[in-house]
Amino acid sequence: MSATDPTMARVGGDTPAPAATSADSDRALRRAKIEEAVLPPLVALLLAAVVGDVLILSFGQSPGAVYRLLLEGTWGNAYGFGQVLYKATTLVFTGLAVGLGLRAGLFNIGAESQLAAGGFCAALVGLLLPAGIPALLCLPIYILAAALGGGAVGAVPGVLKARFGAHEVIVTIMLNFIVLALLNYLTSTRLHVPDTLHTPEIGSGALPRISDVAPSFQGSAANATILLAVLAAFAFGWFLFRTRRGFELRAVGLQPHAAEYAGVHVGGVTWRALAISGAIAGIGGLNYVLGYKHYYEEGFATGAGFLGIAVALVGRSHPIGICLAALLFATLSQGGLAVNALVPKQMVDVLQAVVILAVATSVPEVRQMLRGARRSAER
Amino acid sequence: MILLAFLAQTLRIAIPYLLAAAGGVMSERAGLIALTLEGYMLGGAFCAVAATYASGSPLVGVLAALAGGGVLALLYAVSAIRFRADQVVVGIAINLLAIGLTRFLLRLFFDSSSNSPRVAGFTVQGSGTGFGALAQNPIVWLGFLVIPAAAWLLYRTPFGLRVRAVGEHPAAAASVGVPVARVRYLAVLVSGMLAGLGGAYLALDQHQFTDGMTAGRGFIALAATIFGRWDPVRAGLACLLFAAAETLQIQLQGSTAIPSQFVEMIPYALTIVALAGVVGRAVAPAALGKTTIE
Repeated sequence: MSATDPTMARVGGDTPAPAATSADSDRALRRAKIEEAVLPPLVALLLAAVVGDVLILSFGQSPGAVYRLLLEGTWGNAYGFGQVLYKATTLVFTGLAVGLGLRAGLFNIGAESQLAAGGFCAALVGLLLPAGIPALLCLPIYILAAALGGGAVGAVPGVLKARFGAHEVIVTIMLNFIVLALLNYLTSTRLHVPDTLHTPEIGSGALPRISDVAPSFQGSAANATILLAVLAAFAFGWFLFRTRRGFELRAVGLQPHAAEYAGVHVGGVTWRALAISGAIAGIGGLNYVLGYKHYYEEGFATGAGFLGIAVALVGRSHPIGICLAALLFATLSQGGLAVNALVPKQMVDVLQAVVILAVATSVPEVRQMLRGARRSAER
Repeated sequence: MILLAFLAQTLRIAIPYLLAAAGGVMSERAGLIALTLEGYMLGGAFCAVAATYASGSPLVGVLAALAGGGVLALLYAVSAIRFRADQVVVGIAINLLAIGLTRFLLRLFFDSSSNSPRVAGFTVQGSGTGFGALAQNPIVWLGFLVIPAAAWLLYRTPFGLRVRAVGEHPAAAASVGVPVARVRYLAVLVSGMLAGLGGAYLALDQHQFTDGMTAGRGFIALAATIFGRWDPVRAGLACLLFAAAETLQIQLQGSTAIPSQFVEMIPYALTIVALAGVVGRAVAPAALGKTTIE
């Protein structure tokens, strides 16, 4: 039961067209890659716009006015943009988490519970640390706690896959429910503030918000976790493309049997990839816990895991693509709130689903189209 | 008496699981991962309520639920089979689409972000929650029949043989003339309609649609499919087991012996144990998830 379409994990998996010089073929290959990466999202956005039109018209509003409001409410003012950045920060982490799995040929659907576990562990550590420690001093501890929390959740499907061959898609889905129920139990019976579903506030490690530096962002939750997200994206790219471990991981994703024959320990790569993937998602929990509310709250991670899959898919598991895709999906999420006065904000839930569906269905089509075009150009 | 009430409640909870899990078995035996059961159920539940509200007849609601689940299933099948899209990604997109669309339509039709108005159901008001009330509901009878029907279809008919063939070895099936894509379309369509029917049962039983009312039941049905090792009868037994655990949790509510969250985990934990193969390994159909190679 191999659920992972290899085409998703293999960005560079197609053979380059033979060309006169290697520089020529390099350039052609790069152009082909960019075309393959850019076309499906464009198709998807076009389709989403059409579906959006239908939904907006069904509500008796003018699409132009709604889309204008959507842009004004997201990129048009500092508050809206700050909210987009805040939402994108979480999505960069879950997107990188899913993306790393895909590069190893593994589908991590558990990013939601890994994110929640990371946030929970950070909040837990925060309750244990004495109040008032400077952020820079305790930040590494928080990051470690969040990474361990998410990483532990991610390691379970990794070990079960490596040791028993249990399929990671099903295990991560089932584990989502188990971990969220466990966190619910711990929060609601042990740690919550009476009459709420959140833990007490933590007294240290609060990260500065953008609005501390630029007052026009007042009220938006965007905070210094953005820097962590950018750092994580850089580390992701460096690990995958510049280290031996990263090379092994991609080799397993492209062709596990060949990798094994070349001496790579596939089982080890598998469980490590899922553990690291979970750790990345876990660190994303800091965006909420340290950057926004300063406590763990039930349901803060809801939906971020599935959107992380969308982000990794649209961003083609590439760090830059993931950051851009995270901005796109964050814009849609925040845009829904901006247009809620005209059309139900639930419209964007539909549009997000349409984008995923359209990208997933057009990637194989576009690839084949481009291949056909390249072949006929060679003749 | 207590035992009878326990059984009645277990059956009441099990009916949507049985319907959806039978659909899950059909879909997965044909090689298509049934992550989408949740979406089908939610779509079916909404269509059932909307059509019952418009027509006043729950029977029309049931037909609409079959259509709603079927349409979502066709969307899944076309994406995964015709366009060779990744099944997991498309499956998740279909679930998100069902959540988003039902929420949007709830606002559009009923101007509410939480629930629809009350609609008629099959059970007569005031007939209680016992066996009498269950027997009045035709979907309950369908729920009982669906497991033997699925087993018969899968193991005793040419169509079932073809479903199993395309799920295990599509290339071999194709080489002896089985229309692989068509069989898969049909199997997925059946799964969508069955899960949609499960959703209709939920909604009509509560006489309304509420936002996200399936609450993971589609995934429990998927868990039953896997825990039942892709066999209709075993999957049906798994549904009954999961429903009994849920009933126990409801009846024990208030006592602090076992926290409800731990009872909630049972289906998911058992599924992971089954997949890891601690007691009798669950082995999936060989071509599950692979619609890219025909």
